[in-house]
Amino acid sequence: MENKKNLNLTLKIWRQKNNQSKGEFKTYDAPNVSPDASFLEMVDVINESLVVKGEETIAFDHDCREGICGSCGFMIDGNAHGPQKGTTVCQLHMRNFSDGQTVTLEPWRAEAFPIIKDLMVDRSAFDRIIKAGGYISANTGGAPDANAVPIPKYDADEAFLSAACIGCGACVASCKNASAALFTSAKITHLALLPQGAVEKDQRALDMVAQMDSEQFGACTSTGTCSASCPKEISLINIAKMNREYLRASWTKKEAVHGGDMA
Amino acid sequence: MTTNKLDSKIPSGDIDSKWTNHKFNMKLVNPANKRKHTVIVVGTGLAGASAAAAMGEMGYKVKSFCVHESPRRAHSVAAQGGINAAKNYQNDGDSVQRLFYDTVKGGDFRAREANVHRLAEVSVNIIDQAVAQGVPLAREYGGLLSNRSFGGSQVSRTFYARGQTGQQLLLGAYSGMMRQADAGTVDLYTRREMLDLVVIDGKARGIIVRNLLTGELESHVADAVILASGGYSNVFYLSTNAMACAVTATWRAHKKGAFFANPCYTQIHPTCIPVHGDNQSKLTLMSESLRNDGRLWVSSKKGDKRPSAEIPDSERDYFLERIYPSFGNLAPRDVASRQAKFRVDEGFGANGGETAVFLDFRDSIQRLGEDKIAERYGNLFQMYDKITGENPYKQPMRIFPAPHYTMGGLWVDYNLESTIPGLFVAGEANFSDHGANRLGASALMQGLADGYFVLPYTIGNYFAGTKLEKIETTHDAFKSATNDVKTDIDKMMNTKGSRTVESMHKELGRIMWDKCGMSRTKEGLTEAISKIQKLREEFQNNITIPGDANSVNTELEKAGRIADFIELGELMCRDALVREESCGGHFREEHQDNGEAKRDDEKFCHVAAWEWNGNAKTAQTRHTEDLKFDNVKLATRSYK
Repeated sequence: MENKKNLNLTLKIWRQKNNQSKGEFKTYDAPNVSPDASFLEMVDVINESLVVKGEETIAFDHDCREGICGSCGFMIDGNAHGPQKGTTVCQLHMRNFSDGQTVTLEPWRAEAFPIIKDLMVDRSAFDRIIKAGGYISANTGGAPDANAVPIPKYDADEAFLSAACIGCGACVASCKNASAALFTSAKITHLALLPQGAVEKDQRALDMVAQMDSEQFGACTSTGTCSASCPKEISLINIAKMNREYLRASWTKKEAVHGGDMA
Repeated sequence: MTTNKLDSKIPSGDIDSKWTNHKFNMKLVNPANKRKHTVIVVGTGLAGASAAAAMGEMGYKVKSFCVHESPRRAHSVAAQGGINAAKNYQNDGDSVQRLFYDTVKGGDFRAREANVHRLAEVSVNIIDQAVAQGVPLAREYGGLLSNRSFGGSQVSRTFYARGQTGQQLLLGAYSGMMRQADAGTVDLYTRREMLDLVVIDGKARGIIVRNLLTGELESHVADAVILASGGYSNVFYLSTNAMACAVTATWRAHKKGAFFANPCYTQIHPTCIPVHGDNQSKLTLMSESLRNDGRLWVSSKKGDKRPSAEIPDSERDYFLERIYPSFGNLAPRDVASRQAKFRVDEGFGANGGETAVFLDFRDSIQRLGEDKIAERYGNLFQMYDKITGENPYKQPMRIFPAPHYTMGGLWVDYNLESTIPGLFVAGEANFSDHGANRLGASALMQGLADGYFVLPYTIGNYFAGTKLEKIETTHDAFKSATNDVKTDIDKMMNTKGSRTVESMHKELGRIMWDKCGMSRTKEGLTEAISKIQKLREEFQNNITIPGDANSVNTELEKAGRIADFIELGELMCRDALVREESCGGHFREEHQDNGEAKRDDEKFCHVAAWEWNGNAKTAQTRHTEDLKFDNVKLATRSYK
């Protein structure tokens, strides 16, 4: 609690009515901001003042404000989710800024994430990647006892770390190629590490990568910005594992058996 | 007034054979006929996503709706600590019977026994299902699942994935649902908000939603509608709920005839990060799991301004350990919250009288080492540090109770069907399993139980036994519902007054927190009702919403939700006023035994379910369903 003095900031915020219209930066004052306030609470105050003036509020996605739902995210001075490592915008607090600072807010910029309005973008490409194979085909009701198959703690822990991805899109936004490799690889790795997910791992890797490639994401050139900007600090190793899964699957993929009497 | 309008449809027979027999007695739908039935699911949290996945797998046509841009963002994602199941993997005496008993007692004898027993029975299947889906629950070195303890129980039955159990279980249910989307049985409708329920011939047959991107009002037809839209803690403005959590879906169904049960049963969670200022938008929970290793205390001197580290043990009051020696820091939420409030009200708050008490890990860190504590709670400690700028490894957390969960909700029978045939309600949106207080780690359990293991059976039974005419969206009922919604929206857009909807929400929240929060009185509730009525008038005549209704307009979205919260707030106060007893989270100051809730089983051993009477100005009718306790003996709840 070193810095208890309230801050006066200037914000340059990207405003764009919709996907068709032209956007521009507009400047707003954020006076008398408590250092204990969150970044989004500061934007809330600006929005309240806009409503009073009858102007449209700055649109941005947000929901849980606890850093777990993955809704929020925009660029702050060119950094996805802002200056603090391992932190979503909603968990970023104003004590990380200094009095008199000018701060620039931009939406995620990626072709695969079209802008909806202001700082709000469409990340449904991520859902389509999961839909292509980011699951284990286990119907409800037929599961064996949860302790029937022991899973080494190290594998379970590593799977958890990959599964911690919140799907916010910071990896794509911060990548110079707008690649979704970190997002896709985290899910492929999570499921491939577990015995129950290993059965389908070849097909899963092929299908999810194919879907990723069919969206407008760029290729991965291993610069590592994705991992550095990830609020959940998902490791770059996931991408190496995805490449291995994908390569092996494309060489060894089994073809469906035809002919004979299977009845 | 007791009426026969509420038929709980509890099956006959012994408590432990009711569900088994009921499953056998329910009618089935053959596989070829399942695909002829469409089911709408509103909400994609644990209850909604699991219901959509399970019903899609069975071959029904499912239409899934959520307000978020992706189903994975539903607020179940934020649940931290864990999920209960009667696995008895720890060999510490757990059983279905014990989970049943703990939950009935934890709910202060205000839940329906038969529902709670079924919940305990299917709890074990939930863990199996989650593991089969690849949910990475915590494990021991031998590769088996790990457990921890939660409040209100003396066994370790809580499964967890660090402090992100809700996220991992939700991603499991979401992946199951996305698999069905891939298979073509589930259609996803994201960024859609349900604004009305369509009832035809007395049955729920569809919904009207607003497309939040285009403002378009869409009609969707179905043979059954499932509401899994969560709870209403945001009526308090500040709560641990996400910003979009609202009562709107259930409230609009209530206005179409679904009774609303026990609205005054709200859960104030003891361990949340205290309020920092006027512009605060929400509160953050610190998981109950922290009470496994953290100890709650205040200085035993009033107004003690010394830094916490300088207060010696002899001058610390570990109040939960002192008052409840057998449960200690793991006393249930309602009890722990009340005691924290009492300490602050008496002037013992942290740092010389703040609205906060300490949650201290000093002793556990000494005993187990910082590494072990970091492994168990690392992400929570980090979150606390980010929000407060204080390091909980070095100094105790400051925490205070905050609204977190609502036990009340739409009334449902044993089949989870509301008073409108064909309208089913799951998860936090219904009232059914937690009575007047929910035990920790039981919300995830209930959401998944309803979605995976209850609704797929009971909805089949409904289809098999109900004649459903073919309906199109051109039906007059859809047209008139759409017109009503449009009229509402136009009215709000055209009010052009001077107050922001946010400021009205804040005002409502203050009234609710002061008068219908952790402790309630007759005078306070009466005063609150008249203030809320004035607020409703002002809302109708003086709000301002910029922009238009034909594109993204978050102020318009908020306005609709707040209008519903205002009406709900009044009903909560009325429900609390009529319930002249204290039970669980409902604490009437007039009915207490030295700070402990004092029930009145003679007069209030029942569920109160309210019926809407046409408009907000007409008082709602209170119906009751008597509760019978044949298996757990009605007794004063004690954790001492």
